[in-house]
Amino acid sequence: MRYHPLTATDRSAMLARIGAGSVDALFKDVPQIAVVPLSAFALPNGQGELEVERKLSRMAAKSVAAGAGPFFCGAGAYKHHVPAAVDHLIQRSEFLTSYTPYQPEIAQGTLQYTFEFQTQVALLTGMEVANASLYDGSTATAEAVLMAQRITRRPKAILSGGLHPHYSETVETVATLSGKVVRAAATPGKPDDVIALIDDQTACVVVQSPDVFGLIRDLKPIAAAAHAKGALLIAVVTEVVSLGLLEAPGFQDADIVACEGQSLGNGLNFGGPYVGLFATREKFLRQMPGRLCGETADAAGKRGYVLTLSAREQHIRREKATSNICTNSGLCCLAFTIHLSLLGEEGLTRLARINHAKASVLADKLAKVKGVTLLTPSFFNEFTVKLSKPAAEVVETLAKKGIIAGVPVSRLMPHDPNVKDLLIVAATETTTDEDCDAFAVALAECVGESRSSNKEVLS
Amino acid sequence: MSEVRFTDQHEWVRVDGDEATIGITKYAAEQLGDVVFVELPELGRMVGAGGEAAVVESVKAASEIYAPVGGEVTGANPALTDDPARVNADPEGEGWFFKLKLADKSELAKLMTADQYAEFVKGL
Amino acid sequence: MTMNAQGRPTAPGTIESNELPTISGDRGLDHEEALIFELGRDGMTGVDLPDVQMSETRLAGMRRRGPIGLPGLSEPEVVRHYVRLSRMNYAIDAGLYPLGSCTMKHNPRLNEKLARLPGFGDLHPLSPQSTVQGALELISELMTWLTTLTGMSAVAMSPKAGAHGELCGLLAIRAAIAARGETRKRILVPESAHGTNPATAAFAGFTIDEVKGTADGRVDMIELEGKLGPDVAAIMLTNPNTCGLFERDIRHMADATHKAGAYFYCDGANFNAIAGRVRPGDLGIDAMHINLHKTFSTPHGGGGPGAGPVVLSAALAPFAPLPLLLHDANGFRLIEDRDELPVGAKPFGRMCAFHGQMGMFVRALAYMLSHGRDGVRQASEDAVLSANYILASLKDVMSAPFGDGPCMHEALFDDSFLKGTGVTTLDFAKAMIDEGYHPMTMYFPLVVSGAMLIEPTESESKESLDRFIHVLRELALEARDKKTARFEGAPRLSPRRRLDETAAARKPVLRWKKKDLPQAAE
Repeated sequence: MRYHPLTATDRSAMLARIGAGSVDALFKDVPQIAVVPLSAFALPNGQGELEVERKLSRMAAKSVAAGAGPFFCGAGAYKHHVPAAVDHLIQRSEFLTSYTPYQPEIAQGTLQYTFEFQTQVALLTGMEVANASLYDGSTATAEAVLMAQRITRRPKAILSGGLHPHYSETVETVATLSGKVVRAAATPGKPDDVIALIDDQTACVVVQSPDVFGLIRDLKPIAAAAHAKGALLIAVVTEVVSLGLLEAPGFQDADIVACEGQSLGNGLNFGGPYVGLFATREKFLRQMPGRLCGETADAAGKRGYVLTLSAREQHIRREKATSNICTNSGLCCLAFTIHLSLLGEEGLTRLARINHAKASVLADKLAKVKGVTLLTPSFFNEFTVKLSKPAAEVVETLAKKGIIAGVPVSRLMPHDPNVKDLLIVAATETTTDEDCDAFAVALAECVGESRSSNKEVLS
Repeated sequence: MSEVRFTDQHEWVRVDGDEATIGITKYAAEQLGDVVFVELPELGRMVGAGGEAAVVESVKAASEIYAPVGGEVTGANPALTDDPARVNADPEGEGWFFKLKLADKSELAKLMTADQYAEFVKGL
Repeated sequence: MTMNAQGRPTAPGTIESNELPTISGDRGLDHEEALIFELGRDGMTGVDLPDVQMSETRLAGMRRRGPIGLPGLSEPEVVRHYVRLSRMNYAIDAGLYPLGSCTMKHNPRLNEKLARLPGFGDLHPLSPQSTVQGALELISELMTWLTTLTGMSAVAMSPKAGAHGELCGLLAIRAAIAARGETRKRILVPESAHGTNPATAAFAGFTIDEVKGTADGRVDMIELEGKLGPDVAAIMLTNPNTCGLFERDIRHMADATHKAGAYFYCDGANFNAIAGRVRPGDLGIDAMHINLHKTFSTPHGGGGPGAGPVVLSAALAPFAPLPLLLHDANGFRLIEDRDELPVGAKPFGRMCAFHGQMGMFVRALAYMLSHGRDGVRQASEDAVLSANYILASLKDVMSAPFGDGPCMHEALFDDSFLKGTGVTTLDFAKAMIDEGYHPMTMYFPLVVSGAMLIEPTESESKESLDRFIHVLRELALEARDKKTARFEGAPRLSPRRRLDETAAARKPVLRWKKKDLPQAAE
């Protein structure tokens, strides 16, 4: 067994020193009822690398990769081009196989990149301080709501109808334990009126921008309305590349920002692992969940980094901790920070502009198709169209032609009959003109005729 | 004439008339290590004897401070916000945490005297 | 005040330097490295992207007005920066990590190769389900491995890490109790529990009641049973426990818990001791999270990502969170909403967006297939054998509070052997760094003084274990003989000496700042 360095001779020698006759003697405390032979496990025995690779490669071949053809899914996860250097660097042993930096003297690599990551997140979001990551954007949003409840000592969280439904559901799972969650109705293509829902029981208002339908929101008036009633504004960003082009939530008076960082450095990975970015104002620092890396000096006077303010965390504060989080997204942060270091200000700006330009061209092409109406007047790199047929059917039809057309809103909101015809479409720097043309043609074949025939009947 | 009493939770209370000043003992400060942050109660808050009144954090630990006696919070040490090290430097003097207006003076009798506390610490 | 009697020292101390300083500040292969913000230059970039024309009519006037302030570097500079940073890190690929409760085993590279296959890595979670059948098949196969190894009915795959899994388990328990029409607010947790246990219980809205341990390092069953009552929702135990010992009375405790109408949550962090030999289902547990980044070799990555799927008993299976994974004649299907639920399913909600840590699932399954049931069993046996070998080899010079009987996959020592020497557990650990070892888990569990918890795992050769034992013996003997030179001011040979954690906490500096950059108004 190639992963087990001990030989039979080794084992005998070790048992001799221990003074046990067999390994079974070491398991003597296991109650008889739980002692089972190997045959009790209906599982195969071990296989060599060749066999394992063959089996899993065949399994992988049964799916259609995003890169295999025209691809337009977004809604919380985005296909971007990650430079080759990123994946190479994160696979260095000292990054891939190192532990949490609790012994800072031999973990300055991890700690320094974490400090750089925290700075990048603070800069991108326009906030004062950021943590060393949470699991993903959805749990970051939930943690933000809990933090707002603690700070304001109020129970109610108002979630905008434009917040990704998976995020809303995640928030509901934990925030209803300590308070109450009000979900505003979704208004695809239009800003919802969350301001009207704010009262003096409100801890926070949670608004996503660009929202799940793609619409860009103006957060400043919402922040003002929240603050006037003593509540906090939590801004959510699921496409972090948008911060290369759009105004940062911090400059729109948000109090806490929760983002999904997957777009930079991290592939789609069928939903995980991703990386949650979390940033806030310094005055709220001690209520922040998650690890924090801080600058200090060592005994020789050299600048160095350590995990700090640990007294907020579970291993010290236990039941009074700000969160129960222990493991976070380490290597995904590293991928994010390396990608962003390669991009720099110039690269991120260009990348964001390309994304918007591509989406804009695509939106124009699709809007020309009969049976397709563009719903979102403003967007970054994804928008919502209304089709003349249920969107889920259209997606299945186009999938058979090798085109992955986007995310039907009904997949995220299965109970809302008004959204059956809506499709969320994303374009990134990986989208080609050929992809867009193929999409428009296939879409026309699928929805064009039925709509135009209706039009002739109605006119 | 002020009187100082101690709890088995390592808090001290010095009484002047109706006013009590509260902090942690030298033993506690040593056990805690370098204090990095102190969370003090708001003015006007009512705390009961044994109730949680403050929190003191060192790098590797966080401890609740319990009120040795009950009363209304009338002051909190402003110096501790910028200089939590004061708790280590002078825990039983300048490193005081908060002041209370005593609700019931008889609660003091239940606490240890300085000698009793010294004996108690020896046994730990 | 509540007292944490561990009094762990944190001051960095001072040192004298009698080394000849170099001109550059670097020393041989050890390079100092500045921050990217200090290295970057305006206008520089490490990618070649075209500058495109773009209309602003669809930006709703929300285009950003000012610079972000990110540094620009070329690709060679970025690569050098991160390579130099990496060289300041210890890693399991480079040396043994004796970290108790962390299971720092070898991370196979086959796992990395397979996770990157486009058919796994380049899939969008919301692609039409007909196009991702291979990925759903992988998840399904992993679920089979997890439920079979543990002898449990079902498994929730979405939790993103162990602590997240604990929350999932407790929420399922909460839902099960509510479904019975009851309210139970108390959870029993041993005083030796990992901090995530009480933190999670509090998070989930429960109050925590601590149960003391016995003199032989296990949970006091009598006290536990005495504390059970109609208001107890669950007990949360770790088995083997955090002292590295198997809880002999676990079946009795499970039965008593169920009789009282409560549930049994098991923290699966120490599953590496028993995987393939003991099924937690046979011990009566209702829910257990499995740390794929511990037992099943997915890499620790400097602090994550992890994955914490939760196996569930038949009693809790109905309450597993969304999404569910079904397998029928039509293939594999994710159930993401309440309308399509199979009969009897009553999910409590969703733990997070999408379906779970697919990247870690691929790695874990590759490990399981490579080992097979026989290899998993062998791994557990070797892990336990190695920990006992270390215990037997050191207990005469170090103090093992439960050293009389065998331990499981980890051996617990305390600081009794250091009493009167002037050397603390911390000093001992820092001296290990100079010897080329990452220190063991220190000051945990809290039930012994100055704890040192050593878990070698099955990935160490006997030569590696013997070298490790030899170094610890010598350090222990030097401490005993009050030869404190090695310990004072340790570590000396690492990229940094002891760091001032007090200053870092008193005046936190959590980011780099440029002086004239626009900051958000306070």
